[in-house]
Amino acid sequence: MREVTTEDMENLSVGAAVLGTGGGGDPHVGKLMAQQAIEEYGPVTMLDPEEVPDDALVIPSAMMGAPTVILEKLPEGREAIRSLERLAEEFDREVFATMPIECGGMNSTIPFTVAARTDLPLVDADGMGRAFPELHHETWNVYGVDGTPAVISDEQGDVSLFETGSNRVLESFARAVTIEMGGASFLCDYPMSGTQVKETSIPNTISLGMEIGAAIRDPPEGDPIRALQRVTADSNYGRAIELFEGKIVDVQRRTEGGFAVGHVDMDGLNEDDGSRLRIEIQNENLIARLDGDVIATVPDLIVVLERETGRPVTTEALRYGYRVRVFGIPTPEIMRTSDALDVWGPGYFGYDVEYTELERRYPDFYREHGVPAEKRHLLSE
Amino acid sequence: MSYRIGIDVGGTNTDAVVLDESDRLIAKTKTPTTEDVTGGIVTALEEVLGDEFDRTAVESVMLGTTHCTNAVTERRNLNQVGVIRVGAPATLAIRPLLEWPDDLVGAIGGHTTIVEGGHEFDGEPITDLDETAVREFCREKADVVDSVAVTSVFSPVRDDHERRVAELVREELGEEIPVSLSSEIGSVGLLERENATVLNAALTGVIREASTAFRTAMDRHDLDAQFYFGQNDGTLMGVDYAERYPIFTVACGPANSIRGAAYLSGLRDGIIIDVGGTTTDVGALSDGFPRESAVAVEIGGVKTNFRMPDLISIGLGGGSIVREEDGDVSVGPDSVGYELESEARCFGGSVTTATDVAIELGRASFGTTDPELRDELVAAVSDDIVERVERTIDEMKTSAGDVPVAVVGGGSILLPTELTGASEVDKPDHYDVANAIGAAIAQVSGHVDRVFSLDDQPREEALAEAKRLARQDAVEAGADPDTVEIVDLEEVPLSYLPGNAVRLRVQAAGDLRVEGEET
Repeated sequence: MREVTTEDMENLSVGAAVLGTGGGGDPHVGKLMAQQAIEEYGPVTMLDPEEVPDDALVIPSAMMGAPTVILEKLPEGREAIRSLERLAEEFDREVFATMPIECGGMNSTIPFTVAARTDLPLVDADGMGRAFPELHHETWNVYGVDGTPAVISDEQGDVSLFETGSNRVLESFARAVTIEMGGASFLCDYPMSGTQVKETSIPNTISLGMEIGAAIRDPPEGDPIRALQRVTADSNYGRAIELFEGKIVDVQRRTEGGFAVGHVDMDGLNEDDGSRLRIEIQNENLIARLDGDVIATVPDLIVVLERETGRPVTTEALRYGYRVRVFGIPTPEIMRTSDALDVWGPGYFGYDVEYTELERRYPDFYREHGVPAEKRHLLSE
Repeated sequence: MSYRIGIDVGGTNTDAVVLDESDRLIAKTKTPTTEDVTGGIVTALEEVLGDEFDRTAVESVMLGTTHCTNAVTERRNLNQVGVIRVGAPATLAIRPLLEWPDDLVGAIGGHTTIVEGGHEFDGEPITDLDETAVREFCREKADVVDSVAVTSVFSPVRDDHERRVAELVREELGEEIPVSLSSEIGSVGLLERENATVLNAALTGVIREASTAFRTAMDRHDLDAQFYFGQNDGTLMGVDYAERYPIFTVACGPANSIRGAAYLSGLRDGIIIDVGGTTTDVGALSDGFPRESAVAVEIGGVKTNFRMPDLISIGLGGGSIVREEDGDVSVGPDSVGYELESEARCFGGSVTTATDVAIELGRASFGTTDPELRDELVAAVSDDIVERVERTIDEMKTSAGDVPVAVVGGGSILLPTELTGASEVDKPDHYDVANAIGAAIAQVSGHVDRVFSLDDQPREEALAEAKRLARQDAVEAGADPDTVEIVDLEEVPLSYLPGNAVRLRVQAAGDLRVEGEET
């Protein structure tokens, strides 16, 4: 258990952009909402998943739709709470806590407004371990948690409840109503028990986001990159590995079905002089190819940082001339089962590429620096 | 013969030039910028006119000034602003001025309210405007506020509620109260647009004082000329227009340099490097005008999203201090500034500056003393300067090919005549007063930046309307309607949004309307 302050939210807004792997929407507006709520209602209590009783009712909360709309029509602040209260009515019982559905981008911050205003604790975990575009991209979906009943709300007090046969249908229905609500809505879905939280979530991702943000904003030895590597090495992800240092030479982007699709090319600098890296993008950074050879893929995290400051660069901000360093962060094992890869492996996004863990791609690096306990088998084979 | 005077206030120097009607340079001067700004402007005016100049032949005076920029950074002389946001119940989760530095909020009073109203992305009203709440706020703040800033949700799509609030404010607080509307200032992104609008409202007193002071100085010099302010896109606006939109003056200096460099070098597209005493500004020239920044720009610690030139500033200038520590050489970011002529080695001082290195490299010859620097030091500093500038050029480019580069400003002597990434490096004559020349030759511009729904009207119609609005804005700002042309048009589809919404940014520009001529 820990108390989350407005300063923690500053850190999270940077760390969540790292975990957003280029997408997920700018956490800035969500951070400001949370900071105002914490100022008015007091700090948020954040719980380790292990502190959640098995039979407790946990309801995740999030924003859905176009980040552009949220930047203009800022939220009222109670939208997600109305969704949460309506969902609690369905169960006719007390809600124990809320939780993020996504630790990358804007959605890492939204539940803090809910928690501060309702005085509910927030569980330090999520169902993506990064950013993904759709509601069924959740470990909860992969491991059998029902996305519904689910509720979305707008600032006018309009509330819509969904009962669907599958979590994919929830995604399409909720998105359709979201458009009618003005392009953005606030959602509570995947209501679950404490047991389900512990068995199907990725634990401690929000505190990891805060630690990554702190490491980059105020690195202990002045070197944000080393701080990032130390923080990730101490987590259930594993040490971030530098894949490339270079200069952006070309950015191609287009909108397809509401998603930003394209690629960015960079020419190597220093040790990577003479090489070229391409990152394939669909909202998030999905595939990295070094001189044509795949060197990292979704669901491992591919992160682009400013070369000097270590600040994360979102896919929207990529532009010619930027000096950047590209890192791979190995995703936790729960994200890598074959059921999970069916939902977000390279094949799901249309790439004819086999998923290989970063630890297997770079065994020497990970033998030297070590891996989290649950990943040791990757090095022994 | 008729003449124009261009004046540009920089951090170190205030420059002034006189041009004749074929834009030939007749006189130029550089004088130190004073703390009150106006003092330096008056001195520059005196110096550039001299005694024998025929005052009656001066037709217009163009002033690029830092009055507003300084007022924001120093939190001085700002208005008490009534901040009205239209959007409730939406937007309540983040109150106005939440991110502002405390001292800046203190300086403008922190008078805020959020009333019901605003629109959706497609122009549909979210709720009716709560007119009673607007009136009540005005009555409550009647004795406190000097000006009012109004920001409505999705006003770049529909500004009805902002206009209505302006009417109500004038009914309650009198016709004279300055009212700034966000749809006329910034673009989509409520917080940044609201910030820019509030800053604008905070500055109407500052710009009025500046223009009154300058008008008085002109009268004292028997100058009966039209008077214009330079703005951020390198164009001019009349005094009336500037008094409504003072925020548009805050980056006119770099914009003037870019325009002046374009004029002196004959470039239409390329990279402009303005090397001053302390910093170097690198900007891009796109079809004769400064390229606009696409990202939020901070002013006085506040994020804003109105039109600003796309610039990268590096801490390198003629006065930059050279240091050597453990074999590592550094140049800047600190500078001896205007004390160059007493502190630098080439003037007998004890500080090694970038200028001393330029002299050793044979790129300049002035001063009183040989700087006597070691060759290795000179080479190391030269490499460092060139590398930083070349890298910045590369960051300003939009693609990999070489581009023409023009170098201006008093510190241009620091740079060689060849740079990687540059197809040519031009250091035009009168490079030292390019900014004042940029002010003197500027045109008058008009802008529109708003979202159109292509479901409601065909694309051609939307484009035509946007162009018409931009032309109209240029004429209002003081352009001769017969000369107004569309100089830039950008069409951005808004992703994630249904309803075929497109954001159109159009810039029109024309020549100054001659005094007495009717529109």
